Amino acid sequence: MSDSGKDKTRTVNRRQFMGDMLKTACGVGLMGVGLGFYANKADSLPAMAIRPPGALPEDEFLGACIRCGLCVRDCPYDILKLGQLGDDVPTGTPYFTSRTGPCEMCVDIPCIPVCPTNALDHSLTEIKDARMGLAVLVDQESCIAFLGLRCEVCFNICPIRGEAISLEYQHNDRSGKHALFIPVVHSDACTGCGLCEKACILEEAAIKIFPMHLAKGELGRHYRIGWDEKDKAGKSLVTPDIEHQYNLPEGVRYDLQGKGLIFESEGSDELPISSNPLDTLNRGLEDK
Amino acid sequence: MAKQLIVGAEAIKAKGWFGAYKWLILRRISQLSILGLFLLPVLPGRLSESTGGFFASFWNSLLDQWPSLEGMWVVKGNLAASMTLDVLPLTDPHILLQAIFAGVEPHRDAIIGVIIVIGFYLLVSGRVYCSWVCPVNMVTDAASWLRRKLGIKSSARITRSTRYWMLGLTLVLPLVTGSIVWELFNPVSMLFRGIVFGLGTAWVLVLSVFLFDLLVSKDGWCGRLCPVGAFYSLLGTKSPLRVVATKREACDDCMDCFAVCPEAQVIKPALKGESKGIGPVILSSNCTNCGRCIDVCAKDVFNFGSRFSGVEMNKVSGTAGQQHNPG
Repeated sequence: MSDSGKDKTRTVNRRQFMGDMLKTACGVGLMGVGLGFYANKADSLPAMAIRPPGALPEDEFLGACIRCGLCVRDCPYDILKLGQLGDDVPTGTPYFTSRTGPCEMCVDIPCIPVCPTNALDHSLTEIKDARMGLAVLVDQESCIAFLGLRCEVCFNICPIRGEAISLEYQHNDRSGKHALFIPVVHSDACTGCGLCEKACILEEAAIKIFPMHLAKGELGRHYRIGWDEKDKAGKSLVTPDIEHQYNLPEGVRYDLQGKGLIFESEGSDELPISSNPLDTLNRGLEDK
Repeated sequence: MAKQLIVGAEAIKAKGWFGAYKWLILRRISQLSILGLFLLPVLPGRLSESTGGFFASFWNSLLDQWPSLEGMWVVKGNLAASMTLDVLPLTDPHILLQAIFAGVEPHRDAIIGVIIVIGFYLLVSGRVYCSWVCPVNMVTDAASWLRRKLGIKSSARITRSTRYWMLGLTLVLPLVTGSIVWELFNPVSMLFRGIVFGLGTAWVLVLSVFLFDLLVSKDGWCGRLCPVGAFYSLLGTKSPLRVVATKREACDDCMDCFAVCPEAQVIKPALKGESKGIGPVILSSNCTNCGRCIDVCAKDVFNFGSRFSGVEMNKVSGTAGQQHNPG
């Protein structure tokens, strides 16, 4: 290439050079756009792949994780895998599948300090503060606790026993005399470790770990819970109702949400109206 | 044409088979043993001294000294970042730079690791990474070898500077998207990580690199497109370790070095530049220091040396250089 232009004028060389540059730049630029769009698609994490404890929010994580696999090597339970080309998980990033290998919640969280780029947040030192996902009892039709059977395996295996999953007793309508022991997940304590999903006795787990953004709803920010606000303020925040005046016969009071009608007989046993409703009806007839 | 089919035949005749493949064999050992270290299983516990003999007692005494050795990985991680024997961190500067552009503050280990790596490649020339470490090199070398065997001449015209555009692209994408986009495609990390952690369908990518080099473009991937190599070449612009055409006057124009060199353009100035007053050192940072030209030359024209060797010769070569050079 350089030889061919040796004898020609400089401008031809320059034009050729600029042309080549432009072609290369355009080619690489086009490729960049393609890569960018593909990356956008390839970066989405499937719901059943859970990131290790301390992982940054997914979009930040993908900018921070350099796919070195050090966390994989330092997991003593070998639960972590790196996404491979062809998987739904972004290539080279670490994840675990809670149904087959849940996080065992090591107290010293060995996977975090080895991360060279803070993709696993080093400020997480207490494993109970990890929020890898959230357990959700997705299928109440299959969960045998809802059938009135005693299972409670998820409740018992939970490493934050009694706090992340509690048992709520409900009436068993089928038998009419037993209780249902319903497992209920509490997001303020659940780390999303997945031990409950692993332990679920069903063919397909009824309780599953979902990424936080799929598992949690969120109240509108403007929303205020009346009774909470009342407690905070120490008093009602709206003008209290004026006490209702009932227009009742003399000697009768009405106690709202209490005893109801109260007859205040002044000493005498005789009531202003008979306790037998028929008397009133008959009296009406006689008067005519 | 016939010449092409027997590249290195004269060298084998002159130096013997091992002499003509010395650096190639050393490079393959280097590449494979680096891979092997990452694959080496965890270190064993106490060995039985009755069956293990000297090695077992040696190992047991090491374990007495450092009990934490038991069950330890020799090297953890992969080329992106690794930890050797829990003391030596190494980090790839190209991927760390992408992460930094995506908004990451690296940790102490990553910074120490990247300083060690950059320091090393500043000394030995950046593209030593390509020829002595990178696993894709074995793939593209195989393609290049087959290309010569089959006598495939056609090659798409992709300028060698494309790789620097690619390098720019890998650094711009994390700035724009906040995600390390190149790592979704990078055949280099994909192959190495694949061998260490599981390949998935990454072999398709490796196969396409092979076919691209074989059928589409000569030295196409490593020599024209790969942004990783481009990055490392920038580390090698001032490195002291270089290939030097010390006995360039002995060159008999067999062209074997040009045939095997993956960056053939780097040879000419040093080998043929004597009349123009150019020194015998291959100064281009795109020379991968692979040593194939040393192997393949029957006349032992090339050798590893320092970038400063022959500087004096350089100055005199214009006037009376010939007299200084023996034979």
